Amino acid sequence: MLRFVARRLLVAVPLLVAASFLSFALTTAMGDPLGEWKAQRPRTEQEIATQYARIGYDKPVVSRYLDWAGGFVRGDWKTTVTPGNGVVDVRTEIGRAFWVTFRLVVAAEIVALLLGMVIGVVGAVRQYSWFDYGSTGLAFLMFSIPLFCVAVILKFAGIRFNDWLESVGLGRWLITAGPPPGGFSGGLGQQIYQYTGAYVLPTLCLVAVQFALYSRYQRASMLDALNADYVRTARAKGIGEPRVVVRHALRNALVPILTVFSLNFGLLLGGAIITETVFGWRGMGTLIVDAIAKKEPWMVQGWMMVTACFVIAANLVADVVYSYLDPRIRLE
Amino acid sequence: MISAVPDVSGFVGTAARSQWRTVAARFVRHRAALVGLVLFALLLAFAFVGPLVWPKGLDAVYDARRPPSAEYPFGTDRIGRDMLAQTISGTRYSLQIALTVAVVATALGVVLGALAGYRRGWVDAVVGRTVDLVLCIPALVVTAVLARNTFTIAPGATTRSNWLAVALIIALLTAWLPIARTMRGVVLSLREKEFVEAAHALGGSTPHIVFRHILPNTVDVIIVSATVTVAQAVLLESALSFIGLGVRRPDASLGLIINENKNELATLPWLFWVPFVFIVLIGLSVNFIGDGLRDAFDPRQKRVRA
Amino acid sequence: MTELLSVHDLSVSFATDDGVVRAVRDVSFTVGPGEVLGVVGESGCGKSVTAAALMGLLPRTATVTGSIRFRGRELVGLPGRQLRTLRGAEIAMIFQDPMSALNPVHTVGAQLAEAYRAHHDVSRREARARAMEALDLVGIPQPRRRAGQFPHEFSGGMRQRVVIAMAVINDPSLLIADEPTTALDVTVQAQILETLHAVRERTGAAIMMITHDLGVVAGVAGRVQVMYGGTVVESGPVDEVFAAPRMPYTLGLLGSVPHPELVGRALTPVPGAPPSLLRLPRACTFTPRCPLAADVCRESEPELLDTDRPGHPARCHRWPIVAGIAGPQELFARREIGHPE
Repeated sequence: MLRFVARRLLVAVPLLVAASFLSFALTTAMGDPLGEWKAQRPRTEQEIATQYARIGYDKPVVSRYLDWAGGFVRGDWKTTVTPGNGVVDVRTEIGRAFWVTFRLVVAAEIVALLLGMVIGVVGAVRQYSWFDYGSTGLAFLMFSIPLFCVAVILKFAGIRFNDWLESVGLGRWLITAGPPPGGFSGGLGQQIYQYTGAYVLPTLCLVAVQFALYSRYQRASMLDALNADYVRTARAKGIGEPRVVVRHALRNALVPILTVFSLNFGLLLGGAIITETVFGWRGMGTLIVDAIAKKEPWMVQGWMMVTACFVIAANLVADVVYSYLDPRIRLE
Repeated sequence: MISAVPDVSGFVGTAARSQWRTVAARFVRHRAALVGLVLFALLLAFAFVGPLVWPKGLDAVYDARRPPSAEYPFGTDRIGRDMLAQTISGTRYSLQIALTVAVVATALGVVLGALAGYRRGWVDAVVGRTVDLVLCIPALVVTAVLARNTFTIAPGATTRSNWLAVALIIALLTAWLPIARTMRGVVLSLREKEFVEAAHALGGSTPHIVFRHILPNTVDVIIVSATVTVAQAVLLESALSFIGLGVRRPDASLGLIINENKNELATLPWLFWVPFVFIVLIGLSVNFIGDGLRDAFDPRQKRVRA
Repeated sequence: MTELLSVHDLSVSFATDDGVVRAVRDVSFTVGPGEVLGVVGESGCGKSVTAAALMGLLPRTATVTGSIRFRGRELVGLPGRQLRTLRGAEIAMIFQDPMSALNPVHTVGAQLAEAYRAHHDVSRREARARAMEALDLVGIPQPRRRAGQFPHEFSGGMRQRVVIAMAVINDPSLLIADEPTTALDVTVQAQILETLHAVRERTGAAIMMITHDLGVVAGVAGRVQVMYGGTVVESGPVDEVFAAPRMPYTLGLLGSVPHPELVGRALTPVPGAPPSLLRLPRACTFTPRCPLAADVCRESEPELLDTDRPGHPARCHRWPIVAGIAGPQELFARREIGHPE
């Protein structure tokens, strides 16, 4: 097992290098970072040249890349470059944003997975029942609604809910704009109240969209398992149906869905973009949207590298989980 | 399927049925898929025939902020645009983009995926690795980065029509990847099947084998992938529009319209709900069709062993 | 009642999208204690569904009528919980494909122990010990080591032995073997049959051997019953049925089997395909393929009646003619098989 992990980590290095090429290509394709600044009002040649030199864009692409890469591995991820917007260190900013998003997204994904699994299993065991049709219909609906619509509707509902809470004298609990940068203060009870108030809506939003996916996968793999020969054998042994369903069918159905979960995990960082934008959380999502809008090359580059690392790590975990669950894969 | 010896009175022969007829029969039996098909057809009619039927235009010349009424069935928005005309146009743009994405992405994904799966070697390595790598980065980000280039934020700059650019960006940057990956897997497994070996032994050349033997067996995968792509393109495009990096006026997709009106939920709710319902209907119909097709090609029936 | 298993007028039908499929129609037979009954027939003749009905393993879409009496106890209509006490303990089943019959994620020992603990209230350790005894009984070497392994670590033949071990771990009095050798190589087939024989010697269990391989039946069974179109068309002692069949289909089956002694003689396959069980008319189901088909055959389905030999009934209007036929090549079309010179 250790050798497996070590080997994968080794492979990760060239993968990251390739990822850095790719991201660099994308950030370059984003266009001239000073494009809009130049268009704001007439600039002198001198001004333009100074600015380009300041941000390192006077050099050709390859040396720009090498310059960045050298700094990157040393921990210098450069800064924001738009003139007049203040200088922000990329690494610290991404570091801060990462944790904000991570906390939000991990909780939501786990809830979505558990909910999806339960719904999927019940739907498969009670195939063609009202529950099955209902949950299938709900899943299709959730697949068809864009995430931002869910978010906007939830935000609106949240405000209405707060209005109602206020009218019965309980004060406005749900926070539809993200937690303040310094976190919440006050006693434990106070903090719990505030944190839950801030987390409920965005978590609900993410869960609403993700659970449908997991429930479909679980239902499908559960149906496969229930129709498998070994389940027939288990029944032929005279084992009670609950045990057949859990120990034989579900145990096998776990494998594909946990793999899907692990792979999905990698995309979590980017998946929160919409949610964060709607609910005003200052995490990885708003960071990248902002950076793209402002055409900040180093911020975008750093963001992509962090995401790539995260995905590679998540894939590795997925493989480990998979080999643990399915003994057929274990022979290395 | 073999046909039994006929001519004896009363015995039901198992007549040979072409694969397409079987698939079509199964699809028709899938009620949701039929509903989806009808719905999609209606949406297409609404979007493309609508302008010929509905007289009002897209300009902001009507009474503003009117709730739905006989004169304005979908109401009007803050600056006086007729929402029915807007919705018709929005549906059309959303469908245009989604279908363009599906066609381009499917074509590209099928070709590259099949090539990678059949040729293996360095073609496979390059294509496979690239696909895996790009899929590491969220689609929204990848497309946003390039879509950013299609417009400039500057005082006095007029916005150009960019729906085609957005569609192509989506198709070429992200939409073809999952298709390529699926195709690669399918072709890879088909390649190992005996009938390919047989064709090879009979002297078939590579293009012949690929086109006459392998591709026909992938048609079901291709069709299902294409429908999934349509659904995902609708979602991705509206997400892009939402963060302001998608289509721009005068191309107004449903996503853009919702985005423009997202703050009006409390005051002018129809401005949100109408385009919302339409976008959901597009998604639902495509998803149902896709599910019906998937079921028609590969039914999960409990086989009875005699 | 000395019979272990007594099946009377068993019928199983399925409601499908295309209509009602009558997979098993009025099947009656008995199995005595310690006896080996062979059940032969083509795919789709209803033999596996019959087995599933005996075990109570039919899907919810199935309708079962008739009677299945096991040690005098009626199984049709028995509530699930009671059926489960019998299943795997008194009546056990061996399946066709050992590759998929075992759960890939649990060890072999765990699956065996589970089968034992389903019917006996014992500790895990005792169940493990019993599991290893069962492995030993079927001839698997190093049972302690093997019990901790997963199914994919066994070869096909070994896996089938594990399946047999799982079936006999609770000392059943009736073993139903559904095509136990079909998925295996010929050499391994012989080993499995030997294992079954050894098991039978040790436990005295009766075996219902379902197969389409006549050679297996000839070597193992005492009595045989031939099924076609969802019902029994002939039954009787093996040697007698194979030497002097009374039903054209049986004759045809015998003629379809290539045999080294028959080099130079015609192979006589039965033309056509089995009928769809969807809409059966009131005629003999074999009529479309039967060279002896006459008007009486088209008008009514024959009953399973005794022929000139006692204990050897056949379902054929024209069985006396069949009795007079020397061999299959007299009846079916000719087709030469390879000549070595």
